[in-house]
Amino acid sequence: MSAPEINNISGSADSRAATSSHRWPYLLTALLSLVGLADAIYLTVKHLTGQSVQCTISTGCDAVLGSPYASVAGYPLAALGALAYFTVFSLATLGLYGYRMARTLLVIVVGLMTLMTLRLIYLQAFVLNQYCEFCLLSAAITFSLAGLMLVLLMKK
Amino acid sequence: MKRNLPLLIIAGVLLAAIAAGAVLYRRMKPAPQQPAPQKSTHTVAPGADPPRARGQMSAPVMIEEFGDFECPPCGILHPILKEIEKEYGEKLVVVFRHNPLPQIHKHAYDAARAAEAAGMQGKFWEMHDKLYEKQNEWNVAPDPRALFTGYAKDLGIDADRFARDMTAEIVTARVTLDMRRGRSLGVTGTPTLFVEGRQLPPEEVSAEGLRRAISAVLQEKEKKQ
Repeated sequence: MSAPEINNISGSADSRAATSSHRWPYLLTALLSLVGLADAIYLTVKHLTGQSVQCTISTGCDAVLGSPYASVAGYPLAALGALAYFTVFSLATLGLYGYRMARTLLVIVVGLMTLMTLRLIYLQAFVLNQYCEFCLLSAAITFSLAGLMLVLLMKK
Repeated sequence: MKRNLPLLIIAGVLLAAIAAGAVLYRRMKPAPQQPAPQKSTHTVAPGADPPRARGQMSAPVMIEEFGDFECPPCGILHPILKEIEKEYGEKLVVVFRHNPLPQIHKHAYDAARAAEAAGMQGKFWEMHDKLYEKQNEWNVAPDPRALFTGYAKDLGIDADRFARDMTAEIVTARVTLDMRRGRSLGVTGTPTLFVEGRQLPPEEVSAEGLRRAISAVLQEKEKKQ
């Protein structure tokens, strides 16, 4: 059974999203979010075990990740990041299989993540004056996701 | 089956993520240490080293304060602690640990760094006192850094070096190390006080409560001798 047929059965899918030319942004979004998820899980575990994080390219990992901005109400901010990346992965997977609402929700979630990322970059650059490469990797992933959302929005 | 495939993929990734997190956590979690017979801040590590201490580290009683310069209760506690310090003299050492809470106090982190930057020129405690005394002045400023520099000048600190040190890696690292120590001790709010390693209950954070805790430690130590 082909994907459009499945979508017709489910009744909740957008057959346009299932065509191969529309699938690659979802596929790339899902793959990128997995990289982000791995990064966020690593940082969450480091935070929970109280271990310092050593940078190899930049110098401020420990300062940034040990700063008060790395926690929200006592919980590691990285855990929130992991949750966000998992949400993006789930929505991208649903989008890949033609679920109609996935695209709208993806755009909203990635939009919020982009705003949060801008704030975190501002904190690193102007408040902490230190950079953490794991955070910059996450920022690069989020900005790439934002670019993919633009592509998705343009593909009507 | 195919209809449920995306849900199966999502569930699979969720399980894999949880499993990966659990494995990493088990690998990275430090091995449990043998509990000391008596928990004492003299032996508990880490925290910024050397700590910011007023008094001799060899004093019989150590009060370790986890504070946030912008927190009003910390400001109220400040003169009380100074009074206690005077009262007990050489029997007491007070260690200050940074625990800024910028989610509720937006200038707290900068204030912690200002105190540490002053400390780079040997004036930590002077700036510590100044920040608490002037708390109501700088906590309403949109950007208090100019005020901090003004306080530094009043204290005879080289203002240029102070401004540079505010963003120095060592200053940030000291604040970070103190916060990490606080987290490891379960500190969630400020002020949190430990008297010889024993956390003072919030209702005992007062002049009388401190006197009771200090006297108890002194009596205990006298009995042991």
